Amino acid sequence: MSLIDLQTVSKTYQMGDVEVRALREVSFAVEARDFVAVMGASGSGKSTLMNIIGCLDRPSSGSYHLDGQEVSRLDRRELAHVRNRTLGFVFQSFNLLSRTSALENVELPLVYAGTSARERRRRASAALGRVGLGQRMGHHPNQMSGGQQQRVAIARALVAEPRLILADEPTGNLDSQTSIEIMALFQELGAAGITVLLVTHEPDIAAYASRVVVMRDGIVKTDTRQTPRGAAADLASGGPPEAHPS
Amino acid sequence: MNPLETLRVALRALLRNKMRSFLTVLGIIIGVGAVIAMVAIGEGAKARVEESFASMGSNLLIVMPGSTNASGARGGFGSMPTLTWDDLRAIRSEVSSVRYAAAQLRSQAQLMSEDQNWSTSVTGTSPEYFLIRNWKVSSGRQLLDSDIETSSKVVLLGQTVVDKLFGPSADAVGQIVRIKNIPFEVIGVLEKKGQSAMGQDYDDGAFVPQSTFQSKIQGGLQKFLSGTIFIGAISTDATARAEEQIGALLRDRHRIGPGMDDDFSVRNLTEMANAQQEGTRTLTTLLASIAAVSLLVGGIGIMNIMLVSVTERTREIGVRMAVGATPFNILMQFLVEALTLATAGGIVGVGIGIFSAGQLASRFGWPMLIRPDIVVISVGFSALVGMVFGLYPAHRASRLDPIDALRYE
Repeated sequence: MSLIDLQTVSKTYQMGDVEVRALREVSFAVEARDFVAVMGASGSGKSTLMNIIGCLDRPSSGSYHLDGQEVSRLDRRELAHVRNRTLGFVFQSFNLLSRTSALENVELPLVYAGTSARERRRRASAALGRVGLGQRMGHHPNQMSGGQQQRVAIARALVAEPRLILADEPTGNLDSQTSIEIMALFQELGAAGITVLLVTHEPDIAAYASRVVVMRDGIVKTDTRQTPRGAAADLASGGPPEAHPS
Repeated sequence: MNPLETLRVALRALLRNKMRSFLTVLGIIIGVGAVIAMVAIGEGAKARVEESFASMGSNLLIVMPGSTNASGARGGFGSMPTLTWDDLRAIRSEVSSVRYAAAQLRSQAQLMSEDQNWSTSVTGTSPEYFLIRNWKVSSGRQLLDSDIETSSKVVLLGQTVVDKLFGPSADAVGQIVRIKNIPFEVIGVLEKKGQSAMGQDYDDGAFVPQSTFQSKIQGGLQKFLSGTIFIGAISTDATARAEEQIGALLRDRHRIGPGMDDDFSVRNLTEMANAQQEGTRTLTTLLASIAAVSLLVGGIGIMNIMLVSVTERTREIGVRMAVGATPFNILMQFLVEALTLATAGGIVGVGIGIFSAGQLASRFGWPMLIRPDIVVISVGFSALVGMVFGLYPAHRASRLDPIDALRYE
C-alpha cells in the first residue's frame, strides 16, 4: 500500500466569475521512504497538489488516501489531527515563531499532540541534535542564520515522528552551499525511513531526489525515477557542481 | 493542549507587547478602579449614616399606653396609663429580640440655676435609656442603677440647657439646679446630639432617675407607668420581630382577646429606615451603571486590540494550524488571551481602587469600607467582558484558512 495515494483528484477554485481548475483528475502515488521532487512553473498546480497532500486543503473531487486513511472528506479538526500525527512541514520562509526559542519552536507540534512538558523537552532537544543544532536550543530565530533557521524548521517537522515531510521550496531563501547542506539533511532523513516530498523549481535541487514529478496545467506532465546525487559527497568535494542563482 | 498550557501561551503573547496590553486594559482598570473606590467611599458613608441612624434609633421602638374611651369619645394614645412597671420588666426579660427597655416619664418644668432659669422637658428614666439612644456624656458621669434605687436627686443636662443656665463654656458638673424648687446635683452633661428631622432640639432636656421623677416631680400611680417605654431591638433587622413579640406579650398580659382593640401601640421608625434604603438603592444603581458603561468601553478596547492582534499574527496562526492546532485550539488561545487581559485589568483596577479610596479617605477623613463581594463581582465582570468581547476576534482567528494564513504577508 502506498503512503500517498491520490485517485483522479481535481481542485477547482472560484476566482470571482472565473473558475480556475488548479488540478485536473490527478492520480499520483508515493511509496513510503521515497524522496520525491515536484517541479513546475508557478500556476502549474504543484502548490495545490502540495496543499492537498499536506491536508491543508481538500480536493473538489477524487479520493486521497494517506497512510491508508481516506482524508479527503475529513473536517478541519480531523485534518489538524492528521497533520499533527502524520505530517511535517518545511516552508520556504521557515515560518518559525519569532521571539520564541529554537527549542520551543520545535516543541510546538508536541504541544498540540498533548505531550507532557518534560517529554516535549526531551524530544525537541533530540530533534535539534539530529539537525546539528544541539548547541543553539535557546537561540531565537533572529539570532540565527537562514540555514540554521531552516534546520530548526526541519527539527520541528521531525519532532512528532511523522510518516511524511512536505518541503515547499525549502532552499528558496538559502545560498547554494547552505542549500546542499539542507538537501544532505533531507537525504539523511530519507535514509532513516521518512518519506520526503519536496517542491522546487530548481533542477539542481531536484537532482538530489530519487523521483522527479513535473506538473503543468494541473496535470502530471512527467514522472521519472533517477539516481539521486549524493549531497554529502558534494559537500565533501568542496561545493556544488555549479553556482545557481537563488 | 491543556488549559494551563493555553494560559502560558496567552501570558507570553501579552507580555511580548507589555505597553500595548497595558493600554488596552486601561479602560477596564480605570472603570473597575473608579467603581471600587466609589463603592468603598459610598459604603463607608452608608455605614456612618447607619451608625448615626442607630444612634437616633433605627432599631428603636416606642410603646405608648392606650387611649381612653369615655362614652364614645376616644382619646388619643397616651391619654390613659395602661402600661405597668411589670409590663416593662416583662418586655425586658421575656422578649428575645429586645436588648434594652427603659421608661420615659416626661414633664415640662422650670429649671433654675443661681442666676438663670429655663423651661425644658424633664425626663425620668433609667440608665438603659441612654444605651438605647446611644447617648454618651461629654463630661461627668452617666445615670446609674444605684441612683434609681436610692431615688437620688441627680440630673443629667443636655448641652442646650447648660448653655441657657450656666453659659456656653461653663462646667456644669457638680453645680446645683433646682427643679420645682427641689435642688438636684448635676452629675453629667450629655453629648451634643443636634436636632431631629422635625426640628426638635434633642439637647434641650434634663434627665433624672425615674424613681426621683415619680416621687419629686410628677407623682403618679405606683403600679402604672405614666409615660412611654423606649425599646432598643437587638438589630435594625430585628425591629419588626420585636414589634410583633412585644405586641403579643402585651395583649397576653392585658388579656386582650382577638378582635379587641389594643390598649397600647408599638411604634417604630420604618419611615426613616425606608428613606435610608431608598438612598442606598439609588447609589447602587448609579454605581452599577457607571461600572457597566466603563466595562463596555473597556471591552470594546479589548476587542479592537484582539482583532489587530489576530491580523498581526495571521502567519503564527497558520504555522500553529499546520503543525496540528485545531480551530478550537486557536479559538481558545485568543479567548484565553482576552480573558487574561481583562481579568488582570480587573485585578489591577481593584488594587488601584482600594489604594485611591484609602488616599481619599485619609486625606479628607472620609470613612471607607471595602466590601469583598464587590471586589469579587468586579473582577468576575471584567473576566466576563474579556470573554464576550474576545469571542469574536478568537472566532475569526479559528476560521482562518491555514493556506492563506501561511501565505499572509
